[in-house]
Amino acid sequence: MTSVIRFLDVHKSYRVDGREVPALQPFNLDIVDGEVFGIIGHSGAGKSTLIRLINLLERPSGGRILIGDTEMTALPEPALRAQRRRIGMIFQHFNLLASQTVADNVAFPLRLAGERDAEKVRERVDELLARVGLSEHAGKYPSQLSGGQKQRVGIARALANRPDILLCDEATSALDPQTTASVLDLLASINRELKLTIVLITHEMDVVRRICDRVAVLDAGCIVESGTVADVFLHPRHATTRRFVEEALPEEAATAQAPGVAGRVMRLTFRGGATLQPVLSRVMREHGVDFNLLAGRIDRIKDLPYGQLTLALEGADTDAALVALRAAGIEIEEMGA
Amino acid sequence: MIASPLQSLFPNIDDWGELGHACIDTLLMLGGSLALTVLIGLPLGVLLYLTGKGQLRAMPKFYGVVSLLVNVLRSVPFIILMIVLMPVTYALVGTKLGVRGAIPPLVIGAAPFFARLVETALREVQQGVIEAAQAMGASTWQIVRHVLLPEARGGIAAGITVTAIALVGYTAMGGAIGSGGLGDLAYRYGYLSYKSDYMLVTVALLVVLVQLLQMMGDRIVARYKRH
Ligand SMILES: Nc1ncnc2c1ncn2[C@@H]1O[C@H](COP(=O)(O)OP(=O)(O)O)[C@@H](O)[C@H]1O
Ligand SMILES: [Mg+2]
Repeated sequence: MTSVIRFLDVHKSYRVDGREVPALQPFNLDIVDGEVFGIIGHSGAGKSTLIRLINLLERPSGGRILIGDTEMTALPEPALRAQRRRIGMIFQHFNLLASQTVADNVAFPLRLAGERDAEKVRERVDELLARVGLSEHAGKYPSQLSGGQKQRVGIARALANRPDILLCDEATSALDPQTTASVLDLLASINRELKLTIVLITHEMDVVRRICDRVAVLDAGCIVESGTVADVFLHPRHATTRRFVEEALPEEAATAQAPGVAGRVMRLTFRGGATLQPVLSRVMREHGVDFNLLAGRIDRIKDLPYGQLTLALEGADTDAALVALRAAGIEIEEMGA
Repeated sequence: MIASPLQSLFPNIDDWGELGHACIDTLLMLGGSLALTVLIGLPLGVLLYLTGKGQLRAMPKFYGVVSLLVNVLRSVPFIILMIVLMPVTYALVGTKLGVRGAIPPLVIGAAPFFARLVETALREVQQGVIEAAQAMGASTWQIVRHVLLPEARGGIAAGITVTAIALVGYTAMGGAIGSGGLGDLAYRYGYLSYKSDYMLVTVALLVVLVQLLQMMGDRIVARYKRH
C-alpha cells in the first residue's frame, strides 16, 4: 500500500480582520493508493479546507503536502497547474459552466490542457458521457438537467484528463437519497474500474458507510478518530463519531435505551462470514441463556456484511456464553453499564 | 412630390438632406465610440475585477488607484469633460470638431462607465465555477477567457446596451459644442432659431434610435440568459 496523499504536520489558519483564526489543527494523514477515503464532520469542522489543501486551492499555514513523490507546497505556479490536472474534483453545487453545453463542459478540462484536436476531444467526451450515462444529453445546457445529472456531468468533467485522484466536496449533499445512492454507486464503480483514489468529504455517515474504505472524523479542526470504516462505524469511540453513527441509525438509539429491561444488555457485532452463521442460537442453547432482542440490524458496510444485535441476556452461564461467542469471532460490548 | 406631406407637417425643415446627414453623423459617432469604448472598457473592467478584494489577482493599492480614476472620469459631466479634453482630442485626432473630434471624449467618458458595468457583471459569476476551473489547472488568463467572459456574457451584453444608450445622449450633448449630428441640429435650429419642428424630428429620431438599441440589446441578453 503506497500513500498517494500525505499530510505532514499540516495546519491551516485563515486571516480574518487581521487575526489568524485556526481552521485545522496540526495533523498527519496518509491516504493510500486506490482507496476511498472519507472525511466526515459537521459544518464548519474544516472538511472543505482539508480537501482543498490537497490541490492547493488553499495553501497550508505550515507543514508539507505530498502527492506521490511531489511536494505540492514547493511547486511553482505552472508545475502546480500541471499537477492539478492529475487531480479531478467535484463539488456540492456542481459548478458547471452555465453558458456551455454538457459536452463542452466535459471538454473544458481537455481544452485547458491544450488538446486542439477536435476529433479526439469529441471521442473522449463521448466515452466519458457514456460512462456516466448521459450520452443523450450531450447537447443540453446544465439548467436543463436534474441535480443528479449535473453531478454526473461534474464527474465526467473531473475524469476527462484521466486523473489519479478524485476529490469530492460534499458531492451528494444537494441530492435526494435515491440520487445520492446512484451517484455513490457511480463513484464506487469508478474507484474499482479506474483504480482511482477517491477522497470525499461529507456530513452523512451513510455516505461513508456505503463507499468508503477508511474514514477520518473531523471535529472543530481536529481529526478525532480515524480507521477502517467498519471499525469506526461499528465501534465509535469519540462522542462526535457516536453522534454520526446514531444519526445514521436513529431507531436503535431509541429502543436500546428503553428502561426496565431485565438482564445484562450486550451489543453483539458480527462481521463478514460470522454474520451468515447460526452461531448465536447454538451458543445460547448450549449454555442455557435466554435472550431478549432489543435492537438489531443486518446491513453492509461497503462490501462487508455485518450484523449488530442488542440483546438482554439472562441465565446462570452468561459469562461462558459470551466467551464462546467471542471465540466465534463475534465482537461484544456491554451497554449502559 | 414625395416631400410635400412632410413639407406641410414640418414647414421649417427645408433641407432634409442635412437631417439625413446629421443622422449618419450620429450613427458614426455612436458606432465608432461604442466600438472603442468596448475595446478599452472591457479589459479595464476585467482588470478592476481581477485586482479587487479577494479576487484572483487581488492588488488593493492598484485597485484603489484605478478605481479612483474611473470614479473621477465618471463624475465629471460629459459636456465639461468634452471641453476639458479639447487639447487631448486635438492631439489625438487632429481636430476638435465633427465626428472625429467627438470620438475621443465620448470614449474617455464612456469607457470607465462601461468598465464598472463589466466589473459588476463579472462579480455575478459564481465563485464556485472559478474554483472548479482553478482545480482543473486553469491559468488566470484561461479563467478570464473561458470562464468569466462566457459566463458573464449576458451581463456584459446588458452593459453594452446601457452604454450605447448613454452614448446617444452624449453625442447629442456634443452637438452643442461642434461635434455635429442630430444634437447639433436640435441645438442650432430647434433651440437657437426657435424652429420647434427641428426639435421634434430630431428628438423623435433619437427616441427611435434608443428604442432600437434597447430592443436589440434585450434580445441578445435574453438569448444568453436562456441557459
Ligand atoms: N476563506 C476563508 N476565510 C476565513 N475563514 C474561513 C474561510 N474558509 C473557511 N473558513 C472557516 O474555517 C472553518 C472551516 O471551514 P470549512 O473548511 O469550510 O468547513 P466545512 O467544509 O467542514 O463546513 C470555518 O470556521 C470557516 O468559517
Ligand atoms: Mg464545506
